[in-house]
Amino acid sequence: MAIRQTPDGPIWRKRTTPQSLALWFGWLLLVLLFVLAWEAMTRNQIWAFVWDAPEQAADLFGRMVPPRWSYMDQLWVPLWDTINIATLGTLLAIVLAVPVAFLAARNTTPSPLLVRPIAIFIIVGSRSVNALIWALLLVAILGPGLLAGIIAIALRSIGFIGKLLYEAIEEIDPRQVEAIRATGAGPAQVLDFGIVPQIMPAFAGITLFRWDINIRESTVLGLVGAGGIGLQLKSSVDSLAWPQVTLIFIAILATVILSEWVSARVRAALI
Amino acid sequence: MLRLESLTKRYLTGDLALADVSFEIPAGQVVGLIGPSGAGKSTLIRCVNRLVEPTSGRIWLGDLELTRLGRRGLRRARRRMGMIFQEYALVERLTVMENLLSGRLGYVSFWSSLIRRFPPADIENAFRLLDRVGLTEQADKRADALSGGQRQRVGIARALAQEPEILLVDEPTASLDPKTSRQIMRLLREVCAERGLAAVVNIHDVVLAREFMMRIVGLRAGAIVYDGGPDGLTPAVLTEIYGEEDWTASSDLSDTGPSARPVVPGADELVGAL
Repeated sequence: MAIRQTPDGPIWRKRTTPQSLALWFGWLLLVLLFVLAWEAMTRNQIWAFVWDAPEQAADLFGRMVPPRWSYMDQLWVPLWDTINIATLGTLLAIVLAVPVAFLAARNTTPSPLLVRPIAIFIIVGSRSVNALIWALLLVAILGPGLLAGIIAIALRSIGFIGKLLYEAIEEIDPRQVEAIRATGAGPAQVLDFGIVPQIMPAFAGITLFRWDINIRESTVLGLVGAGGIGLQLKSSVDSLAWPQVTLIFIAILATVILSEWVSARVRAALI
Repeated sequence: MLRLESLTKRYLTGDLALADVSFEIPAGQVVGLIGPSGAGKSTLIRCVNRLVEPTSGRIWLGDLELTRLGRRGLRRARRRMGMIFQEYALVERLTVMENLLSGRLGYVSFWSSLIRRFPPADIENAFRLLDRVGLTEQADKRADALSGGQRQRVGIARALAQEPEILLVDEPTASLDPKTSRQIMRLLREVCAERGLAAVVNIHDVVLAREFMMRIVGLRAGAIVYDGGPDGLTPAVLTEIYGEEDWTASSDLSDTGPSARPVVPGADELVGAL
């Protein structure tokens, strides 16, 4: 804030002159950084490949259409597996994430110095690893198959659900909780009557959103052998069966649209 | 009934909210606690049911020393004290009936409350209370669908559902319009009379306090500066409690009709005058 006194009265500007100069200099540095980074990134680029990219894309597209519709017979089971991986993984994540969220929220944690950091660590740890990488590890441990996929999805989702849910718990209205405590209710009753009703909308929104994301994530888990439609995708790409790849894309797109529709309906019903 | 002895509360921030407050309330007496914002009114009633832990001093409810109770004992004692809040503090997403039955939580087990299976007698009583506060039609509505006055009625019914011996009431009319405020105050007085309940009512509306309270305790900066009948609230006493202000303008208006809100300066403005 810069208010300057002049003979004609005070003049207001958002920034003082040094502040404006500093801001411009900051933008200049940012542009320079971008140019340098671009330079570094494209040093090893073989431009000949880029120049004929449109032809390559057109060629690939030409080989991809029409989709091989008859291949659909072999896709129903993996598609169903994919949905199951997402759904069971989300349910498992809910079971594990809800307690973690209550331990992590400042207003419900039993011990801010000991338990809360552990809960936060679980959340951060889970969030920092992509589901695909969890799946890679779990396939090595559990062997390929659906189980590895389900657990990979669950491990990744604990952090997501836990973080958003504990933030929702921290934002509840404390007066409603106080009122329930004032009736002589025990701690579990305070949780049930004072806190749970307040976080229900957030909980429904978060878990449905995660389920939605998990449908998409579980379509690629098969790439590393963790079950689902990704396995068919990988083998089709490896055998250059492009019309099959197209059909798989269409199937995934349809599934995602379906899950979007389902979660929108459920959310509307719950809130 | 309720006895406070040298009650003192100092918050962790170092603010002294209550300084050596002592008074006693006999059964059936409705006491108004007045004073500017920050005088310690809310802290005082929250010390009674120990939503706020007192720093020192003792509080008795009948023969029971509240300040010595452990967790279980405190929960059992809280059942005997119904609390009514400034912004109603209903659980917004639960129905009116569930809110009412939450007053019974101290009496039922966790599992029965989890599956919302309350004893039939509790439910019967809840319907009677709803009828008493005029909300029979609203039993199955969600609390957030009600108007302010209706919500405060639910708040009162919830407190009564506890079958309390005393009501702790924190600014019951602060978010209500003048007419509804008077209706709520009248309802409070009536239910206290019907059930022989004592009550401590925090209130910053001096005119309402004068009209509906049997006794007034004036707090200023955490200490009692007035304790007596509502008639004793002379301009000199009000100045003692709130600070310098032209009090005659408000006392002239105190007998006007129910919908005219008398011009009493809000407590917030008065703090500045102190």
